[in-house]
Amino acid sequence: MSGTPVLRVRGVRKRFGDHQALDGVDLDVHEGEVVTVIGPSGSGKSTLVRCVHQLESIDGGAMYLDGELLGYELQRGHLRPLPDRRVAAQRGRMGMVFQQFNLFAHWSVLRNVVEAQVAVHGRSPAEAREEALRLLERVGLAGKADAHPRMLSGGQQQRVAIARALATNPRIMLFDEPTSALDPELVDEVLSVVLDLARGGMTMIIVTHEMSFAREVADRCVFMEEGRVAATGTPEEIFDDPASPRLRAFLSRFSGQAGKTPVEESTS
Amino acid sequence: MSAPPHVVDVASARPRVRPLRWAAGALLLVLAAQFAWFLLTNPRFEWPVAGRYLFDPNILRGLGMSLLLTVIGMVLGSALGVLLAAGRLSGFAPMAWACGVYIAVFRGVPPLVQLIFWFNLGYLLPRVSLGVPFGPTFVSWPTNSVISSLTAAVIGLTLHEAAYMAEIVRAGILAVDGGQRDAARAMGFTAGQSFVKVVLPQAMRVIVPPTGSQFISLLKGTSLVSVIAMADLLYAVQVIYNRTYEIVPLLIVACAWYLAVVTVLSLGQRRLERHFGRGQR
Repeated sequence: MSGTPVLRVRGVRKRFGDHQALDGVDLDVHEGEVVTVIGPSGSGKSTLVRCVHQLESIDGGAMYLDGELLGYELQRGHLRPLPDRRVAAQRGRMGMVFQQFNLFAHWSVLRNVVEAQVAVHGRSPAEAREEALRLLERVGLAGKADAHPRMLSGGQQQRVAIARALATNPRIMLFDEPTSALDPELVDEVLSVVLDLARGGMTMIIVTHEMSFAREVADRCVFMEEGRVAATGTPEEIFDDPASPRLRAFLSRFSGQAGKTPVEESTS
Repeated sequence: MSAPPHVVDVASARPRVRPLRWAAGALLLVLAAQFAWFLLTNPRFEWPVAGRYLFDPNILRGLGMSLLLTVIGMVLGSALGVLLAAGRLSGFAPMAWACGVYIAVFRGVPPLVQLIFWFNLGYLLPRVSLGVPFGPTFVSWPTNSVISSLTAAVIGLTLHEAAYMAEIVRAGILAVDGGQRDAARAMGFTAGQSFVKVVLPQAMRVIVPPTGSQFISLLKGTSLVSVIAMADLLYAVQVIYNRTYEIVPLLIVACAWYLAVVTVLSLGQRRLERHFGRGQR
């Protein structure tokens, strides 16, 4: 692919105490590309998307959104952290979906989807409301606009969370294990919404343990291990012909799952 | 099995006989009767005198001052308390430390001592002035003209209240799930927006119940200002009984008003708790 990548991650390092969570990660994500990130727990997958969204600071390396350095600026030859307001504005250009949904518990479903549009992106309340209802319709929850998050199932909450993240027209969507906290029978309703987004051309990074989904939805798949990108390639390269023995070992634990498709047959 | 299972039906069960409860009930009844007899027959309660003074203009003015001090102390104390809590949780260590020291000092010194201290500030600092620290002074006033009973009372009650409110607010903020903060920041809210829109409203569920208790205890605490000749409810009562020696009936008047206001506050607190409990459970 050519042109400036939507997201460019270069040599990013992150340490928590004695634990090197990210140890020099490089990753480019281009317009319309869907990158799935797989790997054992503790391999740094979630840390990577949390760092990209600047929910965690990074210790080294650099990240760029549409060519703009994330979190820092050059001032008279010195790199300095951006003020909070500008970091917030950069975050506002990305959408994040969390493992635990994290819907705002004190607001209705509708207000969850409306608020950032008005408070961060300066839309009129009427416009924001219209957009929110359109997005709730898209994730199949038009009837739940006035419900409170606690009244929804986990799968419904996650679909609202996706609508909330989409509401601000993000350049890229980041999914941090979006189905890991769900009861098994609720996983598919969320995955089919994500799949629908992928087909609509949304640029996305999806951290997931759902191997068959990771394969089906991805343009490119990244295998992480011990804070590094251990392998990257097309889904066929990663799943059918794994080069590294450790990737093979990781995938063999999911054998029997990797081949089938839980959502529906891919048509793309 | 001799009896078929449907013969037993617990719906027909009678309450258990509890002799100890009967005994305790009887004892309470006797004590209550005895206390009522004491209240009604002891002439020194002088009920008619209490009744006469209940709506005395001086008493009502004192009550008004007590309520005013409570409201001012609570509003200023809460505002300062939120700032202190934010400072205490700040990532800037000197700020967190300074707020921690303030809270330790002002929670540790009894409010009565603080009131007397502020009232006598003129001895420590004869003049208060505005100017550049260690530099020139622009204006200055004698402290005793600035620190009246009222300002000493407001300062003392506010600073004391702020220390308690800071701890209550801090506990409330820490009780909000970290995921809510992550999500607020992820939506592009600034630190201020995420605090005001997401964290504080959810912290209210934890903050409101102890704040109601603080309000009530501050109302009672305002009676301390009578020692610095502030004309609150207790002081108004004292002024009258120092003249008439009708101590007991006038103290009863004060008790009646304190109890009445506390009862109203408790009802209000229950409604607030129900309001801020939304979205939970």
